[in-house]
Amino acid sequence: MITKEDVEHISWLASIKIEDEEKDEFVEQFNSILEYFHQLDEVDTDGVEPTYRVVDLANIFREDVASKSLTQEEALKNAPRRENGYFKSPRIV
Amino acid sequence: MDDVIIGLEIHLQLNCLQSKMFCGCSTAYQNSEPNTHTCPVCLGLPGSLPVLNRKAVECGIKVGLALNCTIEEETLFYRKNYYYPDLPKGFQISQYDFPLATRGHIMILGDDGAERNICINRAHMEEDPGRLVHAGTIDKAKYTMVDYNRCGMPLLEVVTEPDLCSPKEARTFLDKLKSILEYLDVFDGSLEGSMRVDANISLKGGDRSEVKNISGFKGVEKALSYEITRQKNLQRRNIKVVQETRHFDELRNVTVSIRSKVGAHDYRYYPESDLVTLHIASWVPGIRATLPELPDTKRERFVKQYALADDHAKSLTSEIKLANFYEAVAARAAPKLAAVWIADVLKGELNYRNLGIDEFRPDHMVDIVQMLERSEITEDGAVEIIRTILDKKGGSPEEIVQSMGLGKAEDDAVQKAVREAVAESAAAVADYKAGSERALNFIVGLVMKKTRGKASPGEVHDLVKSEVEKS
Amino acid sequence: MLTELKARLRAGTAEEYLCRLFEKIEKSSLNAFTTLARETAIEQARQFDKNPGQGLMAGVPIAIKECISTKGIETNCSSRILQGYVPPYDAHVVERLKAEGAIIMGKTNMDEFAMGSSTETSAFGPTKNPWDQTCVPGGSSGGSAACVAGGEAPCALGSDTGGSVRCPASFCGIVGLKPTYGLVSRFGLVAYANSLEQIGPLTHTVEDTALLMEIIAGHDWRDTTSAEKGSYLAGLKGDVRGLKIGIPKEYFGEGVNKEVEKAVWDAVYVLENLGAKWQEVSLPHTRYALAAYYVIAMSEASSNLARFDGLRYGLRQLGEDKDWHTTFSEIRAKGFGPEVKKRILLGTYALSAGYYGRYYLKALKVRTLIKEDFQRAFKDVDLLASPTMPIPAFKIGERINDPLSLYMADVFTVPINLAGVPAVSVPCGFAGRLPIGLQLMGPHFGEATVLRAAHAFEAATPFHERTPEVV
Repeated sequence: MITKEDVEHISWLASIKIEDEEKDEFVEQFNSILEYFHQLDEVDTDGVEPTYRVVDLANIFREDVASKSLTQEEALKNAPRRENGYFKSPRIV
Repeated sequence: MDDVIIGLEIHLQLNCLQSKMFCGCSTAYQNSEPNTHTCPVCLGLPGSLPVLNRKAVECGIKVGLALNCTIEEETLFYRKNYYYPDLPKGFQISQYDFPLATRGHIMILGDDGAERNICINRAHMEEDPGRLVHAGTIDKAKYTMVDYNRCGMPLLEVVTEPDLCSPKEARTFLDKLKSILEYLDVFDGSLEGSMRVDANISLKGGDRSEVKNISGFKGVEKALSYEITRQKNLQRRNIKVVQETRHFDELRNVTVSIRSKVGAHDYRYYPESDLVTLHIASWVPGIRATLPELPDTKRERFVKQYALADDHAKSLTSEIKLANFYEAVAARAAPKLAAVWIADVLKGELNYRNLGIDEFRPDHMVDIVQMLERSEITEDGAVEIIRTILDKKGGSPEEIVQSMGLGKAEDDAVQKAVREAVAESAAAVADYKAGSERALNFIVGLVMKKTRGKASPGEVHDLVKSEVEKS
Repeated sequence: MLTELKARLRAGTAEEYLCRLFEKIEKSSLNAFTTLARETAIEQARQFDKNPGQGLMAGVPIAIKECISTKGIETNCSSRILQGYVPPYDAHVVERLKAEGAIIMGKTNMDEFAMGSSTETSAFGPTKNPWDQTCVPGGSSGGSAACVAGGEAPCALGSDTGGSVRCPASFCGIVGLKPTYGLVSRFGLVAYANSLEQIGPLTHTVEDTALLMEIIAGHDWRDTTSAEKGSYLAGLKGDVRGLKIGIPKEYFGEGVNKEVEKAVWDAVYVLENLGAKWQEVSLPHTRYALAAYYVIAMSEASSNLARFDGLRYGLRQLGEDKDWHTTFSEIRAKGFGPEVKKRILLGTYALSAGYYGRYYLKALKVRTLIKEDFQRAFKDVDLLASPTMPIPAFKIGERINDPLSLYMADVFTVPINLAGVPAVSVPCGFAGRLPIGLQLMGPHFGEATVLRAAHAFEAATPFHERTPEVV
């Protein structure tokens, strides 16, 4: 059972602000979806390895060779705020 | 300080590689304009994918072996999920379960003078985040600028067990680690940001605080000293130390709290499915065979091969460049004498001027040692030559000897000066015979004056003594 | 159809053809396109008319789903948070198409960040089904399917994470293929659930899909998970004599619309008449596939969408007087639609400490069982056949407020993504005006067989020749 506090905690972890009005709705929706997910508890998975990726590949690399980078202009092109070649971020604290 | 418990997490840039961990951007970003060494991958643009640098893995294995670790048969990458402006994807590709190397150790000289084993919990690979530039100090700046040039640089994170007992020990450990890495030629410690340390520190029985992102070894010692004081003060006032993350302010030499939420570090690690598993056990023998002679082994060899005192051997092998310099000189000049002059004198003169061993030529040191062996110059003269070269005022040792007239006075001239001085110092001779050792010094001074300082004071003292006793 | 089109265009009519398409789009009420690259496309068509190239797609226009990066053309995944983002690079598949002379005509509407099965969660309004504009075209590649079915583009690319190519292909009465995981490079595909998704073609005929696969499939060093390509056109027109088709019993019966079920069985009989044999098989873990899929997809989405914070691209309009975490949180709250927010939050929960084992890890284990169901089945049969969707297209607005009922529509498409096997949807009938799709699934890298069977079916039936009367 997800509670309102859980929703608040997840919202902090996921960096998505949730308004008070939304919290109750989310609690309800999440609980019904999680209820649905609980079906998985029925499946006996003892001794079953998880599948993290379906490809059977291993040891894929690139060689240590330097290649062309984007120009500063290209890198900053989509930046909503910038200054002197830097991306501008809100304050840390 | 046996009530202090310190563990370190050291982030090392494998800056001897040409390209970044997961993309081809060049690693030579120092002194570049911001955001000129990026691409869709290291900038984390939507749709970009990581591709692993093979050589980074080889370097990681090399370091793991040099730290006496076990290299895991199978290793893979995980996503470490958290938000911060320097992390463009909102996660860092790192390792969690199945890291590259585990359970190693490094021997250091503890504060009490005894050798101690510091255990390494693990060494794993990850990518560097970008660099934040604050408009002011981190806690007062109105905004922050971000440069992603550093983002994606290959990092090796080395985590120690909480085996260190003092800030000084932490410093000693870091010096040893740096030395080993430079021996391996995977790491240039002189580049800015090449080694960053997070320190976990607690007083026995208390909670620990974490001080993040300390640059430089002096910083580590200072940050840890400050933290110990801070925690001790809290303890004295019966205030519990809050388990939190702090940042070391280098300008004010204090640590500052930046994240006060306890237990908020839920990184939600899960395997990075854009990358595949690595089977690297078969690489180990080949890489082990390419490992150079490491500091401890080299030190033992120097003691045996060159008949050096352990102190000298230790000093000379503390840096690979210094060790190589020494061996180049010892190949052509008296090894024991060379050791004294490099470890005791040259090293000191370099440190005083903040210079590296690159500033001095081995063949110049060979000349100096050979001249000393042949008694062509005095010890003071040798020191003068070294200083002149380092201060960029002279040419070769021989040229300096000529131009500054540092040639040792001829034996005959010295003998003559001694005889004269003794003859002129009847009173001093009498004092000496009456039991005053110090009376000789007066006569020695007179001889030095006569030879215009070109005689060796030690030699003169002995000559004067024997001359006086003869009379 | 593309082969005939290519021949026609070489008569010097590429520009004329393209302009007619753009006119049709302008008058259209389908809302299939989000961005049109009118100028560049017409210029390229003009150049082609002057000097026709030899590429496999020379002079042929193609529409690209919003979430596939196109250099210089806005790529916003139908989301407000990425509005205005113009990638500095092309996705691998776009590079390949351009190299074969294809003309990128624009970007097509989708469910926001591919999260949906109806194209109703787009921030730019829903796309309409050309067969009945009160109905959804399916999703998330609804725009790509609608523009092809509606005659606004001769072919398109979509992406399929849980059915997002096959579902709209089925609802819009065209061909849509989800390739084997890894066969088509994901470099440039904005990730939603990176262990599940593949880019796939949406076309009028199976031969067109095979042609596009010849171009876009195959190894790309920039995608670590990418594989070597097979051959798709060569054996396409072979017969299906002796081909063994498995009918998974879990994909029929309760919950499947009666007309859909009949149309699919009729399709199986057509193949039987052509010489194939069918038998019942079982994929026992099918009913857990939806839950496993959504847990995995939401978890991966929570990480893949973490990069959208307004710092390097996208939405950022708010005042900058708050700290970075608050600002990012507000931007993300404003820029993401409700379905995307929901999935990110739930995914974060599923990966978080204490829940990881219960949800994410458990789902991955169930995934293994589902994959093994397929592998076991393919030991006895060459292909599997089922309805693509359990229902024909539903009305716009009908399911969007009941998320679970919307998720349920994916019941037959998601197991394929979990297993990573290839599957194609081909039109096989109608329920009233609305098309019904037949899904053919093959073993890993079994595209050639899947397409051959699909082609044989298509050649023996009239469904692919019908077009909607679009006003």
